[in-house]
Amino acid sequence: MDWAQLADVATRLAGGLPTTLLLVGQSLLIGFVLAVLVALMRVSPNPLLSAPAYGFVYVFRSTPLLVQLFLIYYGSGQFRPFFQDVGLWFLFRDAWFCAILALTLNTGAYTSEIIRGGIQSVPHGQLEAGRAVGMSPAQLFRRITFPVAIRQALPAYGNEVILMVKASSLASTITILEITGIAKTIIAQTFRPVEVFIVAGALYLAINFVATQAILYAERRLSPASAADRAKAAERRQKAMLAR
Amino acid sequence: MKPSPLLALVAGVLFAGSAAAQDWSTIRIATEGAYAPWNFTNAAGQLDGFDVDLANELCARMGAQCEIVAQAWDGIIPALQAGRYDAIMAGMSITDARMEVIDFTRSYATTPAIFVAPKDSDFAAAGLPETRVDMTEISAEEQALLDQVKGLLDGLTVGVQTATIHENFLREHMGDIDIRTYDSQENLDLDLQAGRIDVALADQSGWQPLLEGELGEDFTRVGPGFARGIFGRGVGVGIRKEDAALKDKFNAAIQSALDDGTVSELAIKWFGFDSATTD
Repeated sequence: MDWAQLADVATRLAGGLPTTLLLVGQSLLIGFVLAVLVALMRVSPNPLLSAPAYGFVYVFRSTPLLVQLFLIYYGSGQFRPFFQDVGLWFLFRDAWFCAILALTLNTGAYTSEIIRGGIQSVPHGQLEAGRAVGMSPAQLFRRITFPVAIRQALPAYGNEVILMVKASSLASTITILEITGIAKTIIAQTFRPVEVFIVAGALYLAINFVATQAILYAERRLSPASAADRAKAAERRQKAMLAR
Repeated sequence: MKPSPLLALVAGVLFAGSAAAQDWSTIRIATEGAYAPWNFTNAAGQLDGFDVDLANELCARMGAQCEIVAQAWDGIIPALQAGRYDAIMAGMSITDARMEVIDFTRSYATTPAIFVAPKDSDFAAAGLPETRVDMTEISAEEQALLDQVKGLLDGLTVGVQTATIHENFLREHMGDIDIRTYDSQENLDLDLQAGRIDVALADQSGWQPLLEGELGEDFTRVGPGFARGIFGRGVGVGIRKEDAALKDKFNAAIQSALDDGTVSELAIKWFGFDSATTD
């Protein structure tokens, strides 16, 4: 292994870091909004809302992301006259848009299931209590359902973030030069796949380390009873007992 | 302890290719399978094309049992080094960069690189001459032509297959242009048809499926055919450096197939023109 070359490879691969982060960041952001909408539709008692949501989740969770990416990118290319007629070609012509669309729909489908699980785990008693004090359905959602659901969903969502960081490497198949795309280019010039992929792997590891820590931090912050809180509560109970 | 089958499998994968001296009665040859008419997967799911026909012909001449396998282009050299197969016949040009890591037999074909663009594009309308530019020694006249091409490409999106002599040429001689790289010629063709790229550079023979296909009428060759120099010394069989005996066997077989006109016959069958090398 040639260390000078390794350093050069690392510098070049790091150049793909902003692209990878932007790809993941944009699709997670849009995907989350989509996921909340889909999750709300999914838990709705109205089949006109829940059925399409179920269909969307089913299709995007059950097909490989690579297939979705190729269908959106090369598929739209095959139907260029149609897309030009409806005035959407300027979007589909752009590889970046196609990548964001595929990643967003994918993460939207997965995340909506995570959020649905969270919503359905909200204890009935808490909702009853909210209704008892006269909260409107919107207030109920904003003050009780959503915060509790998100807290429940956070560990699973952390998993989804990590999966998305890795999934973004597939964008390299549609001409986007993120970390993996640059790695492939360097391998093409140096024919040294082992060194290049080790560095690329280390970069993904670093991104996911930061992501994992961020999620852990959020989990601790949102936790209803952190260890310290629990200790304080126990102390209070004890005092109350003694005072009696 | 009895070695488990799984362990044997793992060892087999890890140490494949480090087998002791070979008599080359069996040879594994890799091709890409996505670069018609050189090599592609036909409707029956079989590997087919100029490389595949010639590989079978050469194997017959070498008296060897051959197995032809498909391997994606961007990993085709590393996998040869890793010993997953013994030779590459995939329309691969002999270049200095590749010679640093693997060896090549003599060349069995040479075809120039050409630009293809939509017929109604400005690039096609610029009236570039369809001469042949030898990149070994660039004359003043040829340099002027290169500069003219460079000027025309400025502001356009240019497509090329990744890890090819064509990509190297664009990056070294065409300056700071917007280059999109593709993993296969097939995907390059698709995006040129989709209009995501304005013009693309590839081997003349590799353009055949697009230009002679359904939508071929809308596209045309533009400008000179580039060859040699950065484009390498023709297409040869890629072989590991340590396998000199195999290289000799291939060289003898290629020479005899060139001498009796078999290579030319196969070239005319697949390319429609004689691509057999004269040097």
